[in-house]
Amino acid sequence: MVNRNASPAATHPGPADPPAGGADPAGSGEERRRSLPARLARRPLAILGILVILACVAGAVFAPVLTSYEPDVPLFEGLTLTGAPLPPDADFPLGTDLLGRDLLTRILYGARTSLIIGIAANGTALVIGTLIGAVAGFFGGFIGSALMRFTDLMMAFPALLLAICLAAIFQPSLWIVAMVIALVNWVQAARVLYTETRALSQREFIEAERAMGAGTARILLRHIVPHLVPTIIVWGTLGISTTVLLEATLSYLGVGVQPPTPSWGNIIFENQTYFQSAPWLVFFPGAAILALALAFNFVGDALRDELDPTQRD
Amino acid sequence: MAYIAKRLLFSALILVGVSFITFALLYLLPADPVRQIAGRSATAQTVENIRHQLGLDQPFFVQYARYFWSLVQGDLGRSYVQRAEVSSLIAARLPASLLLMAAGIVVELVFGLTLGIVAALRRGTATDQALMITSFTAVSAPQFVVGLLLLYVFAVELGWFPIGGYGTFAHLVLPAVTLGVLGMGWYSRMMRSSMIEVLRQDYIRTARAKGLPRLTIFVRHAMPNAILPIIAMIGIDIGLFMSGIVVVESVFGWPGIGQLAWQAIQRVDIPIIMGVTLVSACAIVLGNLLADLVTPLIDPRIKLRD
Repeated sequence: MVNRNASPAATHPGPADPPAGGADPAGSGEERRRSLPARLARRPLAILGILVILACVAGAVFAPVLTSYEPDVPLFEGLTLTGAPLPPDADFPLGTDLLGRDLLTRILYGARTSLIIGIAANGTALVIGTLIGAVAGFFGGFIGSALMRFTDLMMAFPALLLAICLAAIFQPSLWIVAMVIALVNWVQAARVLYTETRALSQREFIEAERAMGAGTARILLRHIVPHLVPTIIVWGTLGISTTVLLEATLSYLGVGVQPPTPSWGNIIFENQTYFQSAPWLVFFPGAAILALALAFNFVGDALRDELDPTQRD
Repeated sequence: MAYIAKRLLFSALILVGVSFITFALLYLLPADPVRQIAGRSATAQTVENIRHQLGLDQPFFVQYARYFWSLVQGDLGRSYVQRAEVSSLIAARLPASLLLMAAGIVVELVFGLTLGIVAALRRGTATDQALMITSFTAVSAPQFVVGLLLLYVFAVELGWFPIGGYGTFAHLVLPAVTLGVLGMGWYSRMMRSSMIEVLRQDYIRTARAKGLPRLTIFVRHAMPNAILPIIAMIGIDIGLFMSGIVVVESVFGWPGIGQLAWQAIQRVDIPIIMGVTLVSACAIVLGNLLADLVTPLIDPRIKLRD
C-alpha cells in the first residue's frame, strides 16, 4: 500500500524520474567526481533555495537588530483613528496588524517559530522513521512485518486530522506542535528507508560481514546506516517543506502555535477577519510560508538528483 | 481471488486499528465528557451516576469493546456541544464534501495532466522548466493562503464569484480550484515522468518507424499508457483530499464534513473530530484498496501479490 498523504513522497515518483530541464548534471563520471557543493552550485534553483533559506535564518537570528519594534507590543500609532490596521508605509514597511503591531516584526520573529518547528519536528520524524525503517528492513520476519503493518495503520489516518486530534489532547505549545507534527510525519521516511534497508541487507558485502562474524549492531551502524545517509539528507530537506506547511496550517486552524507567539500561520488566523480591507495581512505572511517551503523543495529536489542513487537514470 | 480476500481482510484490520487508536486518543483526553454533559452545577453524586450510566467507570478495554460494537452498528457517538448523533451530522454534510472533492479531482486532473504532458513533450526546454517551477510552487503553497488570495482577487476585487457559501456552480469554482492546486502540482510531475517513460518504450519507436503521424502515435499509443497509472493514484490520494477539505471548507464556509470538523475544533467537540477522522480513514483505506485492485487491470505487467 502506497500513500503520499501530503508528503514529499510524491516528489519521489519512480526509479526513472529525470531532473527537470537541461542536461543531466549527474550524468558523466567526471561530473560525479566533483564535490557536492560544486554540483549544487550549477543548479540555479538550488542556489535560489539556499539563498532564501539563509535569508530566513538571518531574519530569525537577527530579528531584534533588524527591527526596532517588539513582536507582541500593540502600538497606539499602529492603528488608524477608527482602529483599523495601517497599510505598508515608511514607519511600518509591511503595515500593521489588527492590534497595531508591526507586521514585519511579527514575520521576522515568526521565522523563528517556522524554523524551530521545521528542524525539531522533521529531525524527530527522521529519527523515528530511520529507526523503524532500518530495524524493520534489517531484521525482516515478525518484527519487520509488525513494524511495517503499524506504519500502514498510521498511513490510514489523514495527517491533518490526526495532528488536530493530537493537538486537541495536548495543549498546544511550540514544542508540542513540533512533536505532534513529528508523530504524523515519520511514516513516509520509515517506508522509504525500509525499502532501501531491505535491498541493502541482501547485498554481498553485508553477507560477507555476516560470514566474518560481525555483530548485528556493527553491521547496522557501520554498514547499513552510512548507506542510508544520502536518502536521509534528501528526506530531511524535502520534509522540512512539508513540516513548515503543516505547522502553518495547524496554526491557521487555531490548533498550532498559540498567539501572542508569532507564527506565519497564526498571523493569518488572527487577522483573517480584516483580510478584505487589509489583504497585506494575508499576503505577506502567506508569501513567507510559500517562499520557505518552496526553497526547501528546490534544495531537496536538487539534492535528490545529486545524491540519491536509486533516483539516477 | 485469494489475494483479494487477503487484501480485504487486511483493510478491515487496518480499520479496527484506526478505531482503537482513535478511541485511545479520546480516552487520553483531559476534558471529562461527564462534566460536559452534567453541567458545572452537578453534584458529585450526579456525576458518578452519569459516569456509571455511560459505562465510563468500566476498564479501558471493556469501554473499547462497547465503543467498537456501536461503531460496527454505525453509531459514532454523540456530539457534546451540538447534542446530536455524530453519524447523522456527518451524513447530512457528506454530499457537499463529495461534490467539492469530485470538482477538486477534475481540476487537478485537467490542469495537472495537461501541464505534465506539455512538459514531457517539451522536455529540456525553457517551457519544461517553467512548468516544473509552477508545479513546485503549487505543492509549496499553503492551501489556506491560495484560498484567501483567490477570494480576494476573484470575489472581493473582481466580483466574479460569491465570497463564500454553497448552492450554485459559481459557489463551487473557487473552492474546487483551491483544492485542486496542490494535486495539480503532484500530478503534473508524475504525468511528466510517466509520459517520458512511455515515450522511451520500444513500441513507440516501432510506431514511429512505421511512419505513423506524430499525433496518432501520441493520442493512440502514448497517452493511454501514460495516463492510466496516474488515474489510479487518485485512490491513494484520498488522504490528501481529506486534509484539504478541512482547510478549504473552513476558508470558504463550505458546509461539508471539513467545516464540521473545523467548527468542532474551535469548540473542542472531540466526538465530531473523532467521527470525521474515522470516516476519512475509511475513505483512505477504500481508496488504497481500489487503487491496488485497479492497477493490475490497467497494467498487466504488475501482478497481484503482497
